[in-house]
Amino acid sequence: MKALCWNGVNDLRVERVPDPSILNPKDAIVRVTMSSVCGSDLHLLDGYVPTMKAGDIIGHEFIGEVVETGSGVKKFKKGDRVVVCSIIGCGGCAHCLDNDWSLCDNSNTKPEYLDKAFGYATAGIFGYSHAFGGYAGSHAEYIRVPFADQGAFKVPEGLPDESLVFVSDAFPTGFMAADMCGIEPGDTVAVWGCGGVGQMAIRSAYLLGAGRVIAIDRFEDRLQTAKEQGKAEVLNYEKVDVLEALKEMTGGRGPDRCIDAVGLEAHTTGVEEYYDKVKQTLRIETGRPAVLRQAIMACRKGGTLSIVGVYGGLLDKFPMGPAMNKALTFRMGQQHGQRYIPELLDIVAQGKVDPSYILTHKWTLDQGPEGYQMFKKKTDNCMRVVFTP
Amino acid sequence: MDTYDSRLSEILRTARISPPSTGSSRINVGTKERMASTIGGALMVYYGMRRSDKVGVALALAGGSLIFRGVTGYCPINDATGRNTAGKEDVAIEITSSLTINRPRAEVYAFWRQLENLPRFMSHLKDVQQLGPKRSHWVAKLPKGVGVVEWDADLVKEETDTLLAWRSLPGSDIDNAGEVAFVDAIGERGTVVQATISYRPPAGDVGGGVAKLLNPAFEQMVKQDLHAFKQLLETGEVPTIEGQPSGRR
Ligand SMILES: NC(=O)c1ccc[n+]([C@@H]2O[C@H](COP(=O)([O-])OP(=O)(O)OC[C@H]3O[C@@H](n4cnc5c(N)ncnc54)[C@H](O)[C@@H]3O)[C@@H](O)[C@H]2O)c1
Ligand SMILES: [Zn+2]
Ligand SMILES: [Zn+2]
Repeated sequence: MKALCWNGVNDLRVERVPDPSILNPKDAIVRVTMSSVCGSDLHLLDGYVPTMKAGDIIGHEFIGEVVETGSGVKKFKKGDRVVVCSIIGCGGCAHCLDNDWSLCDNSNTKPEYLDKAFGYATAGIFGYSHAFGGYAGSHAEYIRVPFADQGAFKVPEGLPDESLVFVSDAFPTGFMAADMCGIEPGDTVAVWGCGGVGQMAIRSAYLLGAGRVIAIDRFEDRLQTAKEQGKAEVLNYEKVDVLEALKEMTGGRGPDRCIDAVGLEAHTTGVEEYYDKVKQTLRIETGRPAVLRQAIMACRKGGTLSIVGVYGGLLDKFPMGPAMNKALTFRMGQQHGQRYIPELLDIVAQGKVDPSYILTHKWTLDQGPEGYQMFKKKTDNCMRVVFTP
Repeated sequence: MDTYDSRLSEILRTARISPPSTGSSRINVGTKERMASTIGGALMVYYGMRRSDKVGVALALAGGSLIFRGVTGYCPINDATGRNTAGKEDVAIEITSSLTINRPRAEVYAFWRQLENLPRFMSHLKDVQQLGPKRSHWVAKLPKGVGVVEWDADLVKEETDTLLAWRSLPGSDIDNAGEVAFVDAIGERGTVVQATISYRPPAGDVGGGVAKLLNPAFEQMVKQDLHAFKQLLETGEVPTIEGQPSGRR
């Protein structure tokens, strides 16, 4: 089959690889009908996630059709149309049973790496490096889905892939970001980052009762989408002082809840950017925590920081003083998709949210490398490019 | 303080079983060259993966240990280093590690007690056969298909749902012993399994030295085996990526 393989930093190629096969009883093989890029992939492209190996198939946000099931798969049969959670959970460990699926004890095939890096290994993720299990990803014609009964979900009929594919990753991530905020009626929620994840966080914040959402980015097209599709008030951080603006907009109080939907490659300007870039390049710090720093300062006293932007290792100049003295609550994590996906499919089926507006480009898998270049450089107003094999 | 539960601290790491010291630790397969490359390969694989800083924390079964233990016991090492191993006292290497498994204690114990199950999660074991109520026969694979090592072992402690310990019989390819304790986790969180695996490197300086060098690798292997045990019990399978497609050439 055809697959998009990582071959080194910023080196993606479409290659011919063998078709996947059932390796364990609880596996299913899914024929991919649509597979999306995600901001998380950029961390792979840019080399911030170690343990990638040349030839690894990337991609983790996808929808398709079941073509084969292992003997242990109970929920699905050939022909079922399914959306699959980007993160793999076994369903049998204490964390999965607690509904904290991305903390699964068992789905990571190589826990020894994260056991050392994080203290305890977290779940396996499709197409996301060997530290996260080394699973082949979804930018391919077929994909093997381990623990299919847990990770795959039959989709409602009559809806196109475009509306459903983001229920795999961007929507549950954005929804979890809002959920972790513990929003109380009337709360003001500030969202850093207006990519697919940020857009979904904005919609989710309103679903969960926010009074007001303020979205922050620098790309006008993305801010425009946040405004039109998400009813967010918007701030371009290149044009205004975000801290001052947020304070002013909230009557001197500060946003109640702050969402980081940017992560370790946050963009900044001036001295701060120079400082972090140098340190990151030398691998003295592994993230550029500009958004985190700003969100901690911006958040109201006693407020909540909800972090779904991905971080990998060490951060520098972390404003612990303000966080501690303002008694902030930190919530964070990779998404627990299995917890949210059934509910989100209902929301999409009922037409409350149609996530297809974050899809800006529909290309073929052959155009994978160019698609990623466009997504990375955010040219042609690209928010998310999806590939059809 | 009223909620303090001392069971775990009382039970874990109390008992100890040592491998016999029969002086028979030796390996009897392969040519010198093959053995040398086995060690080289194993070192590269495991050391390349990243050196462990904390040596001496791990658990599980004799399986893999035997290999390294066996490999290091083989005289070509001594040939290669030109050292004389005669006349030095031997040391037992011991690794302990624990994991919590989200299944009832009786089930976890029963799975381990069925010794034929061990190769399903101990990747370096080829086969274990129960020969009688207490006696079993073990076959472990050497890396790179160089051959196998075999020994008989006896269960020396068996407390249903609580404790299992075994020890190889004198005259084995590798003197080794293992002990596994099964304890209810506090607050209905399943079963804590603590395994202690020990083996006796061959007598002498080089044997002990090389064994120590390989300890992190051994520790890693023991941990992997214990994790596979947990995966098998909690999910019914051991997740793998072996055999999946990639663009690697
Ligand atoms: N937790 C999870 O399970 C999960 C799942 C999916 C994605 N993610 C993470 O979420 C983050 C966003 O993903 P995405 O797909 O939307 O990525 P994206 O690259 O499309 O969007 C990121 C956005 O952040 C903006 N940004 C950069 N610096 C900023 C700053 N200083 N202030 C405000 N905005 C800034 C960029 O302009 C861009 O629009 C990534 O870190 C990704 O890894 C996490
Ligand atoms: Zn993602
Ligand atoms: Zn799990």
